[in-house]
Amino acid sequence: MGVSSKLGNLGVVTTTVEQAVNWARTGAMWPLLFGLACCAIEYMSSQASSYDLSRFGMELNRATPRQADLLIVSGRLTRKMAPVVRQLYDQMAEPKWVISMGDCASCGGVYNNYAIVQGVDEIIPVDVYIAGCPPRPEQLLHGILTLHEKVKSERVTDWA
Amino acid sequence: MAIAAQAQSIEEQRKWEGSLDELRGLVSERAMTGETMLLNMGPHHPSTHGVLRLLLELDGEEIVTCLPDIGFLHTGIEKSLEDKSYEKALPLTDRMDYLSPMSNNMAYSCAVEKLLDLDVPERGQIIRVICLELARCASHLVWLGTHAIDMGAMSVLLYAFRERERVLGMFEMLSGQRMMSSYIRPGGVWRDVPAEFLPTIKQFLNDFPAKVDDYEALLTQNPIWKDRAQGVGVVEPDVALAHGMTGPALRGSGVNWDLRKAQPYSGYETYDFNVPLGEHGDVYDRYLIRIQEFRESMKILNQAVARLETVQGPYRSENRKYVPPLRSELGQSMEAVIHHFKLWTYGYDAPDDEIYSAIESPRGEIGCYLHGTGANKPRRVHFKTPSFIHISALPVMSSGYLLADMVAIIGSVDIVLGDCDR
Repeated sequence: MGVSSKLGNLGVVTTTVEQAVNWARTGAMWPLLFGLACCAIEYMSSQASSYDLSRFGMELNRATPRQADLLIVSGRLTRKMAPVVRQLYDQMAEPKWVISMGDCASCGGVYNNYAIVQGVDEIIPVDVYIAGCPPRPEQLLHGILTLHEKVKSERVTDWA
Repeated sequence: MAIAAQAQSIEEQRKWEGSLDELRGLVSERAMTGETMLLNMGPHHPSTHGVLRLLLELDGEEIVTCLPDIGFLHTGIEKSLEDKSYEKALPLTDRMDYLSPMSNNMAYSCAVEKLLDLDVPERGQIIRVICLELARCASHLVWLGTHAIDMGAMSVLLYAFRERERVLGMFEMLSGQRMMSSYIRPGGVWRDVPAEFLPTIKQFLNDFPAKVDDYEALLTQNPIWKDRAQGVGVVEPDVALAHGMTGPALRGSGVNWDLRKAQPYSGYETYDFNVPLGEHGDVYDRYLIRIQEFRESMKILNQAVARLETVQGPYRSENRKYVPPLRSELGQSMEAVIHHFKLWTYGYDAPDDEIYSAIESPRGEIGCYLHGTGANKPRRVHFKTPSFIHISALPVMSSGYLLADMVAIIGSVDIVLGDCDR
């Protein structure tokens, strides 16, 4: 039956609750189906055939923030859009993480003007920043793996 | 007074964005009494292709009218361009219509060239045509994948993006960037095509027609696809013209208007290709036209690649007052160093004149209005973008259809909010 019949006696695996929980959290981190501008197209490329984000358990984009764990802010954030993004973040259930994808989301990028919020961290806390305009899918993957490393070092009590 | 109570409760629900009175005249009178329902769609919605917000007035499931709310991606690009010299403004134009940055570069470069009366060598024009048609393919591939996913055909996206990666690989080969290439510049293109480009594009041109057949096999005769697309979002030719629609959305209604034929630029008049036209003006016809445009783009690309092999010579203008010298010249010529320094610090003066120049982007006519000041920065840059026009036509396209058809209609006009809001 099951794994033991195929692999033989595996013995006993010991781990901590923390490691098990964090392993589960990194293995199925569902992103919010959300895109703002150019970076969203590279985000779609990452989802699609060549880069295949489902390798990291992220193939399932949830359109509702209630079911999402990860907010990838992909693109320039305008002043008109900022309250919407804040509301989406507030609606996400904890634990939740934020990746700021691209220069515009990280710091305003090339747009230092009246319309653009100079970095999404002005309105929501950000875990990982990804540089690039737009970042390549490989950069996004690297950002996601960096976030995984961060999550693995979190305490369960951090979100309690 | 049940209706009055209902209206009261609607009003309470909508308090976060003002009262119902503000919508008087925009929605029908029936909405005021609560007889029809007002439904918010977006700006966070998987099928609005970005951050478009629609306020839908529904009679049951039927759309009475829709009010597009744009500006969620207003980036102030036009204003920012006023503070940059002409050459340095180019990278900002990439980021308007982010599905086909090459077309934006081209519209802007054409306008600058028209203002300066700057020539483009033949090889530069051929490379431009190759870039523009590849951009058309890449843009239509995103449209195809997202349009299909909106209508429930999930797998098409994976096929479409597989081919798009190859196009982006070619852009990277040319410019060093996958998407925001800034490759087409006033006076020509940034650099000549690298040696490995020609074999790559030939391989792509060899493979791609069969892939288009694959997409068609998935969708064109698919009964579910036809049910969702045929007879939905019909636009009559006169309505389309009255709204100023362009591109595949206009040609879907059977109006033969393609700027590549009507006002040729970059030597398009010398290429042999057809302009596909629709008959019914519905979602399905607009789908068929874009699929046929893949094949027409292949025709143009085949001719252009053949020409690229025979036509040698400069790929950008030799006019050193406007176009920077080659990097290799800088070590040998003092004059080249002076030009290089002048052009990358101050830029160049453009005449105090206003011009309008338009090209056919994958979405339709993208035009650039440019007003020089006599100095190195423009007084005003304005882009006439197809997505803005097509969003303004959404109410007339959608009224009378079902709520579920809305995503099909939005997808079929292929809007990009960066293009609309700028």
